[in-house]
Amino acid sequence: MFKRVLAGAVLATLTLIGCADNGSGDKAAVTREGGFPVTIAAANGDVEIESEPERIVSLSPTATEMLFAIDAGPQVVAVDDESDYPADAPVTDLSGFEPNVEAIAAYEPDLVVVASDAGDVIASLEQTGTAVLEMPTAEKLEDTYEQIDQLGDATGHPEEAAELTDHMRAKIEAIVDATPPAEGLTFYHELDPQLFSVTSTTFIGQIYGLLGLENIADAADPAGTGYPQLSGEFVIDADPSFIFLADTQCCGQNAETVAGRAGWDQMQAVTNGRVVELDDDIASRWGPRIVDFLQVVSDEVTAAAGSSAPQSSVPEAGTPEEEAPEEGR
Amino acid sequence: MRSRVSRRRRIWMAAGVGAMCGAALVGVLVGPAAMHPVDIMAELVDRLVPFTHVESGLSERQAAILWNLRVPRVVLGGMVGAMLAVAGASYQGAFRNPLADPYLLGVAAGAGLGATLAFAYVPGVTGLVPVAAFLGALLGVGIAYALGRSRDPRRAATSLILSGVAVASFMTALQIFVQQQHSDTLRQVYGWILGRLTTAGWSEVLQVLPYVAVSLAALLLAGHLLDVISVGDEEAETLGVNTKRVRLVIVGLASLGTAAAVAVSGLIGFVGIIVPHTIRLVAGSSYRSILPLSVLFGAAFLILTDLAARTVVSPAELPIGVVTALIGAPFFAVVLRSSGEGT
Repeated sequence: MFKRVLAGAVLATLTLIGCADNGSGDKAAVTREGGFPVTIAAANGDVEIESEPERIVSLSPTATEMLFAIDAGPQVVAVDDESDYPADAPVTDLSGFEPNVEAIAAYEPDLVVVASDAGDVIASLEQTGTAVLEMPTAEKLEDTYEQIDQLGDATGHPEEAAELTDHMRAKIEAIVDATPPAEGLTFYHELDPQLFSVTSTTFIGQIYGLLGLENIADAADPAGTGYPQLSGEFVIDADPSFIFLADTQCCGQNAETVAGRAGWDQMQAVTNGRVVELDDDIASRWGPRIVDFLQVVSDEVTAAAGSSAPQSSVPEAGTPEEEAPEEGR
Repeated sequence: MRSRVSRRRRIWMAAGVGAMCGAALVGVLVGPAAMHPVDIMAELVDRLVPFTHVESGLSERQAAILWNLRVPRVVLGGMVGAMLAVAGASYQGAFRNPLADPYLLGVAAGAGLGATLAFAYVPGVTGLVPVAAFLGALLGVGIAYALGRSRDPRRAATSLILSGVAVASFMTALQIFVQQQHSDTLRQVYGWILGRLTTAGWSEVLQVLPYVAVSLAALLLAGHLLDVISVGDEEAETLGVNTKRVRLVIVGLASLGTAAAVAVSGLIGFVGIIVPHTIRLVAGSSYRSILPLSVLFGAAFLILTDLAARTVVSPAELPIGVVTALIGAPFFAVVLRSSGEGT
């Protein structure tokens, strides 16, 4: 079976995704001497970039978001099929999971950003003389800032990158400060309906940790994978204060489907209306919109703190004063 | 002589009933949610024994966990295990091939393709995956059967198996193609392929029950026919058995039940090989013994395997297909060796 899976993967890799988009005159506003050549210490080692890239291909949805947020968008000529944000990113049928070197090379990129070295794509691209930056899943918030800074250096937008990370740091600090203590509040973060979850060691788990929420999946990961599959019994028994659904788009889950699962109607998160439908993408990328994600969680904690406080005669208005920083650009 | 055989069979039947009930009881008593076994016993007595009332001490939530998650999971595990074991035994008899089981004729590949299509093109409709898997499984066997029909009775069994292998490879290739086109569904597809009783509830039990019940009942009645066929097609024909028709009916029934089972449980492998072969080794080779014992020990085996799947890394879960394959693959090798030496 698995041999066949492997063979199939190879087969799929061979499937050609043709289509080259030359031209589309790029209006890169070269404003400032960014300092080239520059050496970037990426995950795939030190990468030398000779001059400011004019034809960037991003095979990582997170990198796409970062590039556009630091104003490098006009230099981007193609992004992979999963890069759906921002809306004006030049989406193609290139795949970051099954990268096709020839199809990528057809865009004549001078810089390619990938999230992983699937199928040895980095070595192959480097053989064509293209600089490749590997920017893997962040393990902590600092990694996100570092990747943004590196992309800033690599694309000639170091100042915009510094601005963005400063803005994110300030925003995150403000949200954390404005959120009431989440003491005793627990949560379950659902990756898919098979009850895969994340622990506090993962990037997304750490975001919850910023607000002091306790993760029920931490008890369930003896192997330390970070992504354990929980049993339904365990989740119901743990009875978390919140259920955060990161499988609303992939798998059509929502508060009703959760309430309809056998035995789940007994959980306080369901009866208290604390089943939170997240945007799958925002909750799985480590880019600038992580601030939006933190805001959503913060709003929920605030609402919960408001309702569990001694009943005051005036009902609490749900929204906190900190307004949602929807744009990280 | 005859009485000794039937006595031995009775002893094994009793052992099988004991094993199944024991496994079911352990399965219900042990789980990641902390509930005291005594409380669970009390709750079981309270609910299951008529006219008795025992205060169990379980909270409402714990009772919900027990009755809505743990018990249906054990029941479903038992049904799927019994079905896979009996289907495996029936296939081995019908094809006189020790390594045959419904997966060989494209049930698994067809179900996998159906489930993958549902995950990829109609995401989010939870109830659709089992239906699509069921249809895919039947389609797989149907095509394999249509392609594998041979006029030469001596080659009937072989050509059917070969066409099954071809159909299975083709459908697996299609499945992987679809999967690669929708890489976001990868984890769901794999989660399904590796088998899952994780989210099993009573609705799954009810979905499967009619197919499995009919299939099991009919196959159990066909034991003597399998005994005749096991001698050889020509010999069976001289005894007045229409081997072609019998094989079609047995393959159809076993595939139908298996398709229903894997539709809700995912592709749990090796049960149909391990269980019937172990029974053959210890309890004799008559299908009139093997089939009913496969029901009992198949159920016990899968309930215990699932118990391992949900307790070894508790409160996380292992895919049950991984557990059965870990036990099954070495066993498969042993069977292969000993059957090679035997002939």
